[in-house]
Amino acid sequence: MSDQIILRVATKIIVPTILLFALYVQFHGDFGPGGGFQAGVIAAAAFVLYALVFGLRRTHRVLPTWVVRTCASAGVLLYGGVGLATMIGGAEFLNYNVLAHDPEHGQHYGILLVELGVMITVFGVMVTIFYFFAARGREDL
Amino acid sequence: MSVLVDFALLAFLATTAIAVVRTTNLFAAVMLAGIYSLLTAGLFTVMDAVDVAFTEAAVGAGISTVLMLATLSFIGSKEESPQVRITEISAKVPDRRPLFPLFAVLVTGAILIWGTGDMPPFGDPADPIHHHVAPRYLEESGHEIGIPNVVTSVLASYRGFDTFGETTVVFTAAVGVMILLSAIRRKDRYGEERWGEEDVPNLFRGFVPNFWLGDDGRMRAPPSPQEPGEGGEGKAS
Repeated sequence: MSDQIILRVATKIIVPTILLFALYVQFHGDFGPGGGFQAGVIAAAAFVLYALVFGLRRTHRVLPTWVVRTCASAGVLLYGGVGLATMIGGAEFLNYNVLAHDPEHGQHYGILLVELGVMITVFGVMVTIFYFFAARGREDL
Repeated sequence: MSVLVDFALLAFLATTAIAVVRTTNLFAAVMLAGIYSLLTAGLFTVMDAVDVAFTEAAVGAGISTVLMLATLSFIGSKEESPQVRITEISAKVPDRRPLFPLFAVLVTGAILIWGTGDMPPFGDPADPIHHHVAPRYLEESGHEIGIPNVVTSVLASYRGFDTFGETTVVFTAAVGVMILLSAIRRKDRYGEERWGEEDVPNLFRGFVPNFWLGDDGRMRAPPSPQEPGEGGEGKAS
């Protein structure tokens, strides 16, 4: 579809906006609707759109397969790591109260990190699955 | 007003569902399924579940539609007409009784509709769901967690362990897709691309979806530029 000038220009404008919105949904999740899962799928949708218009080869150049695979596992590790950190701090698994001196601040840090982990994993997983489906049976990739 | 929107969305939803069942053009079916997801997202918005609507719109209408389109590029977008299929099936299965499946579907549907009679009314403050742990979350999360969005407090903190499990499930899904789709795409030692069941890791034999198996029970290649040919014998010897 890369010969369609309108699609190309519109995609170039819309992809950064989608990514920005994903970050908004992520970091505004404490105050409005949204959170890690939503932000992850929205960010993944931006790259799926890019791949539809500009092709898999160029998307691979922007976002190589090893990066998304690393994302998929790094998020889970981050989430579990927060749990381990709270255990080292002397509390139960995923009890964020001990992450800072003030329990409320601890909860803030914990939720921020945990939601970040969810977003990274969901983003990595969605793009990985898309890459595998889209690249099936293609010799040039 | 909201009831009117509800009725309109549900009517569209039913129409789309019937259209998906009736069409034999798979491309149209995939697009209609995307529309179905988008309508569901609209319903979620009307019910004030905006974050669920986000997810439904992005995953249901967006990414899974693209995945199904990617699948269609392999299997083609035309389904055999129902008449052809039914005559073929009836030729193979001489004693075909459509009455039993119809009976099962009707009974199951009737039980489901009967069961909704016991559901608490939607949005009633006296519903059991509002009297279990919800009051505590609403009253205490303000100073226990200190963020205004109670949904985030519940998901990430009170129920953090559940969310950890969910994240792991999502990760496992990716691992499963990677194993299934990459196992059949491997080169043998002669550098020839082979598609054999022996390329599937031992653990997963027997779980290979039927549509990848040819008549001889071995995995078959998706329609690719060139068929794998008879490279199989060389490796076995």
